[in-house]
Amino acid sequence: MGTLAAFFILSAVTLIPAVVVVTSKNIVRSALALVPTFFGITGLYILLRAEFVAGIQVLIYAGAITVLILFVIMLTEGGTGIRIRQVNEQVPVGALASAVLAALLIWVFLRTPWPQGPGALPEYTAAQIGTTLLSSMVLVFEVTSLVLLISLIGAIIIARRER
Amino acid sequence: MALGLTHFLVVSALLFCLGLYGVLTRRNAVAILMGIELMLNAANINLVAFNKYVAPAALNGQVFTLVVITLAACEVGVGLALVMAAYRNLETVQVDRINMLKW
Repeated sequence: MGTLAAFFILSAVTLIPAVVVVTSKNIVRSALALVPTFFGITGLYILLRAEFVAGIQVLIYAGAITVLILFVIMLTEGGTGIRIRQVNEQVPVGALASAVLAALLIWVFLRTPWPQGPGALPEYTAAQIGTTLLSSMVLVFEVTSLVLLISLIGAIIIARRER
Repeated sequence: MALGLTHFLVVSALLFCLGLYGVLTRRNAVAILMGIELMLNAANINLVAFNKYVAPAALNGQVFTLVVITLAACEVGVGLALVMAAYRNLETVQVDRINMLKW
């Protein structure tokens, strides 16, 4: 019962700021509304017993990505004024498409009989995540780090001021 | 009613559709990136929820979520660098005004 109440509170914490993110006229406000959304998702991860993923979510999303987005908003002053129209002419079509997709997805989710797998999560998942990353998933791990390096170099080259 | 997989799936579907609405209707390139972030987070919730309820013995869902978070960070870095480059060259970040290739 308590977990169900916690789930609904965390869902509200996730979804209500997400509405602000996509609808606010002030883009700084929508960037700041990303923070409670990410914290609500962190709570959902903790509810799903994924402590390590929750920590990484706080560090990378709520910390780094939000700050990065705010920096770019501040640096590109041109599109951020409140007087500038922030939405294009596709608002009715976009709302209709999103609502239809949401209804379809929820209908499918409610009708599908999901299987229950055997076994249980380990007591603390961080240790087993580390072991998995460096044993059976080592190729994924290495390729991901390579992609990280390439995107680092690419971002520097693209954003560099040309002489 | 016990807390089950369907609850998390419904929340992530709603979050995904909110992100989709943001991507479809925003003019500012940074706001479009924010919508993409919401959609990636919805996918991550799905991965972790399926890991807990469908295959709890293997932690592949959580490992995959970590990979997705890393790639999302890469994507935001490169995307925001592109926004900066577009702003420097074209003086705008409104995507419907960046139409030099459109006849």
